[in-house]
Amino acid sequence: MNGPWHVEVTPDCIASGVCVGTAPAHFALVEGRSVPRNPSAAPDPLLLSVADACPMEAIRVRAADGTALAPTD
Amino acid sequence: MDYPFGDGTSLALEPEYAEARATCPVVRVRLPFGGEAWLVTRHADVREVLTDPRFSSRETTRNPDGPRFTPQPLFPAGVMSMDPPEHTRIRSLVSKAFTGARVQALRPRITEIAEGLADAMLEHGPPADLVTMFALPLPVTVICELLGVPYADHGRFRELSDALLSTTALPPEEIFAAVKELNLYLAGLIEARRAAPRDDMLSGLIRARDQEDRLSEQELVEFSVGLLVTGHETAATQIANFTYMLARNPGQLAALRADPALIPNAVEELLRHTPLGAVSGIPRVATEDVELSGVTIKAGDSVVPSINSANHDEAVFDNPHDLDVTRESNPHIAFGHGVHFCLGAQLARAELQIAVHTLLTRFPALRISADDAALHWKKGLLIRGFSSLSVTW
Ligand code: HEM
Ligand code: SF4
Repeated sequence: MNGPWHVEVTPDCIASGVCVGTAPAHFALVEGRSVPRNPSAAPDPLLLSVADACPMEAIRVRAADGTALAPTD
Repeated sequence: MDYPFGDGTSLALEPEYAEARATCPVVRVRLPFGGEAWLVTRHADVREVLTDPRFSSRETTRNPDGPRFTPQPLFPAGVMSMDPPEHTRIRSLVSKAFTGARVQALRPRITEIAEGLADAMLEHGPPADLVTMFALPLPVTVICELLGVPYADHGRFRELSDALLSTTALPPEEIFAAVKELNLYLAGLIEARRAAPRDDMLSGLIRARDQEDRLSEQELVEFSVGLLVTGHETAATQIANFTYMLARNPGQLAALRADPALIPNAVEELLRHTPLGAVSGIPRVATEDVELSGVTIKAGDSVVPSINSANHDEAVFDNPHDLDVTRESNPHIAFGHGVHFCLGAQLARAELQIAVHTLLTRFPALRISADDAALHWKKGLLIRGFSSLSVTW
């Protein structure tokens, strides 16, 4: 798990604000949609639980080598 | 000023909200129990309260005698009383069962339940009580099946569930007794599932508790009770409320009949327009001094974010008091916003869309039987709506 994680928000986002409220350091709401503050973020377990808490599974977190980390099944 | 402004026996928002938004958007009010709080009425401020970590849900349970709507703190171990990171732990455990994709897969079953209820209502013939024959059994059957609670027991938990949402409808002792009985009921079911697991959410939560230690026994019980109660009171109440709103807005109803593809949009507009809360918003407590619309909220003050008022804010919605099923820009917050954004939002959307669709197609001439003066309202509860609603066709 070396190197930064890739964080992406898909168009499924419904602007619930769950990620923004839970991890304001990682997400911001811009014009009715969440955007990662840093698409290439230092590994942080919080990103994984937020991706699991998103009501639309719209947050995708991948390891530096591209392995999908969250959401989990 | 005493709050709530009215007794909740109307779906028209009390005029005090518009007045507050225009003149003093963050206003001091006296709650039914425990004293004064700040009522927050503008869309931007309400969203701020719901997302800013300086407004805590957990703090409300630390001072059980603080300003509140219910004599007892509601679900002290439930998700609504938690802040991150403890909240995130529970939420990420259960949100999988309620995602958009999961709910999409449930739609055929929800439709089947709705169609079955419509059949039974047609067989019964007019007039019929929409609440007991359709609005209530639809979401209750869905949540029972999801959770793994026998639907046959619903007679028992309907009353208990109402009691839990009482602010002034019942004496506190009766509410405490109902809380205790519901907890015991779920604890009993949990023991049964522990011994013989099934493919339901209760069994899944028990696994997370016993094998992974991801939640405590009390959290397990209260979360299950919470789901059963919200599964009863929210969508069920809004199905009857929406039916009433459409009946009283014949132009909007005609537009929907002419173009059923508008139903999802209409449901969003009905969610925005129709207040579900009789008191709007679960209180939070400020953990630091925060300024909102020029008012300083002091650390330790209680704050009530009014979702109803936010959804009628003229700064955000054109003609907010009009019901417009074709409304395009609709950033309503009927499901809340931020960490406590409604866990059941996608499920409730599906239930409401299917309910409206089924009622429109199976009952083309549906009408409310009674005049407004003769309607039966719930009273003294956290939510507003009909205890029964006689319809004919
Ligand atoms: C018309 C239907 C519904 C409406 C308008 C609604 C509205 C809301 C709102 C506004 C909140 C946030 C309250 C706050 O932050 O103060 C909320 C939270 C919640 N809702 Fe709903 N709800 C509905 C249906 C449902 C259903 C059907 C379920 C369950 C199956 C459900 C489960 C929950 C839960 C568990 C929470 C707490 C979430 C948390 O604290 O993280 N809701 N709901
Ligand atoms: S939690 Fe998911 S749906 Fe909600 S704002 Fe974040 S990305 Fe969008």
